[in-house]
Amino acid sequence: MVTPISWIKAYVPELDCTVQEYVDKMTLSGSHVENAVYLDKNLEKIVVGVVDKIEKHPDADKLVVCQVNVGEAEDVQIVTGAPNVYEGAVIPVVLDGGRVAGGHDGSPNPEGGIKIKKGKLRGVPSYGMMCSIEELGSDRNFYPEAPENGIYIFDKDKGLKPGDDAVAALGLRDAVVEFEITSNRVDCFSMIGMAREAAATFEKPFCPPEVKVSGNNEDVNDYISVDIADPDLCYRFTARVVKNIKLAPSPEWMQRRLAACGIRPINNMVDITNYVMEEFGQPMHAYDLDKIRGHKIVVKRASDGDTFTTLDGQVRNLDHDVIMINDGEGPVGIGGIMGGENSMVTDDIKTMLFEAATFDGTNIRLSSKRIGLRTDASGKFEKGLEPQRALAAINRACQLVEELGAGEVVGGVVDVYPNPVEDVTLPFEPEKYNKLLGTDISEEEMIAYLERLEIGYDAETRTLSIPSFRLDLRCAADIAEEVARFYGYDNIPTTLPHGEATAGKVSFAARVEGVLRDIAEQNGFCGAMSYSFESPKVYDKLRLAADDPLRQAVVISNPLGEDYSIMRTIELNGILTSLSGNYNHRNKNVRLYEIANVYLPKALPLTELPDERKRMVLGMYGDCDFFLMKGVLEEMFLKLGLSGKVTFEPSKEKTFLHPGRQALVYVNGSYAGYLGQVHPEVCDNYDMKCEAYVAGIDLPVIVENATFDRRYVGVARYPAVNRDLSLVMSKDIFVGQVEKVMRDKGGNLLESITLFDVYEGSQIEKGYKSVAYSLVFRSPERSLEAAEVNKIVDKILKELSRLGVELRA
Amino acid sequence: MKERLEQIKNCALQAIESASSMDELNEVKVRYLGKKGELSQLLKGMKNVAPEERPKVGQMVNDARQLIEAGFDKEKELIFKKIREEKMKREVIDVTLPGTKVNVGHRHPNQIAQEDLERVFIGMGYEVVEGPEVEYDRYNFELLNIPADHPAKDEQDTFYITKDILLRTQTSSVQARIMETGRMPIRVVSPGRVFRSDEVDATHSPSFHQFEGLVVDKNITFADLKGTLQQWAQEFFGPETKVKFRPHHFPFTEPSAEVDVSCFKCGGKGCRMCKGSGWIEILGCGMVHPKVLADCGIDPEEYSGFAFGIGLERVTMLKYEIDDMRLLYENDARFLKQF
Repeated sequence: MVTPISWIKAYVPELDCTVQEYVDKMTLSGSHVENAVYLDKNLEKIVVGVVDKIEKHPDADKLVVCQVNVGEAEDVQIVTGAPNVYEGAVIPVVLDGGRVAGGHDGSPNPEGGIKIKKGKLRGVPSYGMMCSIEELGSDRNFYPEAPENGIYIFDKDKGLKPGDDAVAALGLRDAVVEFEITSNRVDCFSMIGMAREAAATFEKPFCPPEVKVSGNNEDVNDYISVDIADPDLCYRFTARVVKNIKLAPSPEWMQRRLAACGIRPINNMVDITNYVMEEFGQPMHAYDLDKIRGHKIVVKRASDGDTFTTLDGQVRNLDHDVIMINDGEGPVGIGGIMGGENSMVTDDIKTMLFEAATFDGTNIRLSSKRIGLRTDASGKFEKGLEPQRALAAINRACQLVEELGAGEVVGGVVDVYPNPVEDVTLPFEPEKYNKLLGTDISEEEMIAYLERLEIGYDAETRTLSIPSFRLDLRCAADIAEEVARFYGYDNIPTTLPHGEATAGKVSFAARVEGVLRDIAEQNGFCGAMSYSFESPKVYDKLRLAADDPLRQAVVISNPLGEDYSIMRTIELNGILTSLSGNYNHRNKNVRLYEIANVYLPKALPLTELPDERKRMVLGMYGDCDFFLMKGVLEEMFLKLGLSGKVTFEPSKEKTFLHPGRQALVYVNGSYAGYLGQVHPEVCDNYDMKCEAYVAGIDLPVIVENATFDRRYVGVARYPAVNRDLSLVMSKDIFVGQVEKVMRDKGGNLLESITLFDVYEGSQIEKGYKSVAYSLVFRSPERSLEAAEVNKIVDKILKELSRLGVELRA
Repeated sequence: MKERLEQIKNCALQAIESASSMDELNEVKVRYLGKKGELSQLLKGMKNVAPEERPKVGQMVNDARQLIEAGFDKEKELIFKKIREEKMKREVIDVTLPGTKVNVGHRHPNQIAQEDLERVFIGMGYEVVEGPEVEYDRYNFELLNIPADHPAKDEQDTFYITKDILLRTQTSSVQARIMETGRMPIRVVSPGRVFRSDEVDATHSPSFHQFEGLVVDKNITFADLKGTLQQWAQEFFGPETKVKFRPHHFPFTEPSAEVDVSCFKCGGKGCRMCKGSGWIEILGCGMVHPKVLADCGIDPEEYSGFAFGIGLERVTMLKYEIDDMRLLYENDARFLKQF
């Protein structure tokens, strides 16, 4: 809501504060200021001047030398190239050392304006500058009387004297404050509403315009009848008639106020409509009554498939939920949105029909969206206006028509209001307000605050009567807020909740997550963050089979675009996209991780919420390999008390991974994720010309099995017996199989197995590899005999030979 | 014999002193103290000494041996020291050369901010909880006093999956879920992802994070809300931080407020960060609307509560002076390694 302070002061005449004070106090009482613009910004030393004499410039055809009376003993000499000055012209003059807002070519105004200094133009001294409206920071949209090219010339009848403040004479000694109005305060989308807030905030009398019902002794009902056929969409429809219209420019005060709000003055009738819309927040519409057929208006729904040409010449498609204004024969306007071409007001108008109606806000909002037409009027209506203000607004408009001499108002008002809104009262409950606020405000104080807001108090019944425009006051908490606003949020004490103490804590899952993050980071992985939604093309990029269940994703019905249209079912795309970004920025050795959800639908289309599973995904390229990734995972499992419970099973099933370099991770037999080298084709799909490794871990499985419980195991007191085994086996045999045999047959005395070498090459038969292990045997109770260890080793070797694994010769 | 002993002793001490390396010193030791050394040789001449003189001479030889050994130990230590000094002289390095790169990763700045926030509230007795990101309309809107025709529910703002299931637009959805459990008192914070239909630019993202707080108990007041957020702000932004409450409107709180903190960059004098105002808008909050309490099954006559919501990316960007939100989602290592 844009409000010139001068307009607010018209209703709060005693308001006397600086712009900054106004902004600060209004903000603290609940009207948040978005910005405040000083209309006289950068306008310094600008006075009214009268051109006394004009002479030709001796050396320049296009320049003239003027002697200008600026109210001082001697005239000031100013050289100008402006074509429109004449002797006797009253003009704004910026004096030597002054400042103007901008140039006259229409380019954006510089932040600090332009400083004006005396100088010479083609050898003739000039001690100032006459100003165009653009140099004064405005333009012809808002000062239609200004010349297209040249100096702004004041109306002689204005009674200006040389030396007067030219900025004030132009109505620019003002500031325009823009408020952010919250959706509950529909009443504040109007000058009167904001003035009421200002008056309450500064504790000054509030003097809204006195609306007088006017008109001649004719009866409007002889001109027009109104019927509301769909009262669920149109709550009230008021109409008045103005005849003998005399179109003319509106008076300067009205033009200045509209211009300050950014509304271009047009003519008296249009300006009155706009003025009342700003003043009361009530949109109005004007019809050429001579174009209304059958002297009647019917407000009713359109039919599906109807079309209608609005006054901007566009053909609009309608449906059953659009409310239309019809005359005796057909539609003449879309209710609350825009009038029709067939009834629009033109310059030769003689008799005008004014409408001020109230429509269902939600319906207007949805209709305007469906039709694809949002107007100032629909913008106001969609906030949900209360029906009471329509009548005041139409009477105010007719009052202005008479005051401006713009036409003859026909007596009477057509007012169709099928279901009048009932008055709202609330009990006055001061203890409740204080209890909610934690304050000790007296009843008298509260009543005083409320009365400033026109909330009535009846001492006998202890009830509050809520004014019709306060649609937001419906319960004790609402009243408590009004009390708090004017008591001052700042004055409410600061305390801490007391009562039962609670323990601050995080979940076990969060603790597990923290460990995972720490270990990832200790190993060079940086935390990443990527979107939860992605493109369905991701499935193809990851080489998922056509029937892969991961293709069954939750689909957003109104996505920002196809690229953001499905909720991810697999954690990989974000990290691969980020790795690719890094790779293509030539960042070396990048390691990233993310912990975030995937969304697995239980059934499609969704009938219940999907299974949101937290996943940890790690990805890296550069100085790394499969075993580094595996080592990081192993460290995580160790820290989470899972080491003995985890197995890595060789796999070929992940289509996005290298078929020979991938493993599935199981925790206590439950699938918990995968790791491996990214399939080269997937790397291609992500524009990476390098090897990349990833791991994806399903957190719920990890969390379910993780434990931070530990029992101290005594440090061994008896010596260990070591046996190194160098084994030869076919390349196809995984060491995991070998180690399983060792563990199975090693029994309790086998303390550890460490692989220390894998060799394939000239020393070994083709298709075979040599793997060297160091086995440590130890008993917690005694020193082991070499013979019993040998027995165990023999058992292991015997079992291994069944697999085709032999001791290396 | 006596003279000979004196002579050996002097020669030995002299030789020890002039030894310049461990090898030389050992040689000296062998020559004088060894099995076939001079002293041993001398002892062999004892048979020529008169028997009554023998103890005396023996004593003398032993004295000489001890003296030589002491001299030897002393010299050994000196040489050791000398060798070590020399070694260290050779070992001088250029300490201004760069350190060996240790490859350690970094937390995402948003995660750091989230954990910082959590820490403060855990210290104040809050439990950290989470809720689903794909959510029912009921929790995201209906129970929060946002009726069916409310503009916030427009498709312009909300991503819908079905008519009743959507991507949550606010972590306030967790409020309704927690209240519905009916366990009192409630003192929780809930960080998490939220989604709104905004095109990506420097200050907008269709996916971002909020940090929600909720307290419900008997006799909770607006003053408690003020006190709690003031304490949080002073712990999070520093003890000098001032807090300003401005009236505002949210459908699920009444009274409602927006909170500004004094600019932690300039201390409130006005700078680029606070756009000259000295204040930074940081969060929205209010007393839980009685209708919300009632709809979630809590008697508003008995209980009251407050709630607040902080934009996590906003806090992160302010804290680290990050000027473009897109950086948080690009995951460029050169960016991530700064935190």
